[in-house]
Amino acid sequence: MSATVYQEIADYLVAGEEEKREVKKVTAELKKDLTVEEGYQIQEKIVSRKLAEGRKIVGPKMGLTSKAKMDQMNVDEPIYGYVFDYMVIDNGGKVSLSDLIHPKVEAEIAFIIDEDIEGPGITGAQVLAKTKSVIPALEIIDSRYENFDFTLPDVVADNASTSRVVFGTSPKCPSDFDLDVVGATLAINGEIKELGAGAAVLGHPANAIAMLANMLARKGEKIRKGDVILSGALTGAVLLEKGDTVLGKFDGLGDVSFTVTE
Amino acid sequence: MATEVAMKQKKYAESLLEAENTLVGIPPLTEADPKLTVEEAYSIQLENIKKKTADGQTIIGKKIGLTSKAMQNLLGVDEPDYGHLLDSMVIENGGLVPKDKVLLPKVEGEIAFVLKKDLKGPNVTTLDVLQATDYILPSIEIVDSRVKDWKIKLPDTIADNASSAFYALGGKPVKVEDVDMELLGMVLTKNGQLVNTGVGAAALGNPAQCVAWLANRLADFDISLNAGEVILSGALSAAVEAKEGDTFTAKFAHLGEVSVHF
Repeated sequence: MSATVYQEIADYLVAGEEEKREVKKVTAELKKDLTVEEGYQIQEKIVSRKLAEGRKIVGPKMGLTSKAKMDQMNVDEPIYGYVFDYMVIDNGGKVSLSDLIHPKVEAEIAFIIDEDIEGPGITGAQVLAKTKSVIPALEIIDSRYENFDFTLPDVVADNASTSRVVFGTSPKCPSDFDLDVVGATLAINGEIKELGAGAAVLGHPANAIAMLANMLARKGEKIRKGDVILSGALTGAVLLEKGDTVLGKFDGLGDVSFTVTE
Repeated sequence: MATEVAMKQKKYAESLLEAENTLVGIPPLTEADPKLTVEEAYSIQLENIKKKTADGQTIIGKKIGLTSKAMQNLLGVDEPDYGHLLDSMVIENGGLVPKDKVLLPKVEGEIAFVLKKDLKGPNVTTLDVLQATDYILPSIEIVDSRVKDWKIKLPDTIADNASSAFYALGGKPVKVEDVDMELLGMVLTKNGQLVNTGVGAAALGNPAQCVAWLANRLADFDISLNAGEVILSGALSAAVEAKEGDTFTAKFAHLGEVSVHF
């Protein structure tokens, strides 16, 4: 596949995002035999386009980090995408449905990186040593594809469904926690909808960051000092509706919330 | 009529006890007797508990079952159930579950309460429970069903002592003031591999709320929860089937670990 085709598909996906409309998955018609590697090539075109438009990268994010999701997609490795500055909503802020397609929310732990981390061979322990702090987060995923229906290469091309994120406001030192047993609940309008503990993310959230460093190393890239990285969902994803008040509570890490407007 | 009911209950109790002793599961009681009520089922349970205590066994406490929405939905019920814990059901932390005493055992991670004050319903609140609790411990409950292949309806499991079999407690008592039980995370591993994760809120929103439910439900039978009793407050994650040779470890935030071997 040529660079032009990657660019065309990247533009097709960005158009879906910007025009807030679902598009057919890439593997439906445009490129039926799309590979994961080609998915990342398309994702890179999206990232380059956004950077050229003046957007800034907040950090990478990990997706498909739970055993359930990996089994569902029949893969043994998670995926990554990128969070941009325009996607960040203040804690307690508003997420507008008219800006999005069919958003879902999930609870995650974010890592704020203190030193560059370059794979291969990075372990979770090494990640923790190079992590400045951890903060709770609510990630809003919004696949640009119809009905959230996609194959692995499709979701990779679509920047891993990245859409919005709300970070907590009180960073904590990772060595004060056993992140694998940090519990989280996700409540909508006061009712707990989903819950989970850190181990739901590849056994330990730091393992997801280590895997990210090792995946980036294959392309000669690395995790950078200052990156704020979403490590993957502790909970299942819940579809957002107008008027929802969403509250994520994390043991020892604090709360994160937002409301959903029209 | 009263005698007829008593005779029937006695017969059911005997068949359950025989299944426990011979390790041959019986057909569900509700199959032959679809009108068996919850209250009758508790009488059957009590019949066998009385028999066991007459034989020299001691009541250590209670267990609460069906505390998750998923389990309640599965059985089509909207309240938990309870069973009795006897001294014969205790497995030491790290100990062996005797294979000649179980049919189709499953493992769950739970928070155990040890009481320092009696609790007598009705109108026991979650706060009452917290004030009456000496400390909490991590626990693994091994559930089993004397009903063939777990084909249980609510009265079947209640009559069968809420499908309880064995339990192990961890060794690190923690005061309720030192944890946020709702967000207390747990990870269950089998032979070193992650099986599932859970959080305190999985048990009716808060494990202490389950104990309050129990105290109030027991008031219907004029029974109180007593100082020194151990209460298993309900599973934090789905029950996992155990096979010979398996080792299960439940690791809890703030409470440490507990493990059993099959």
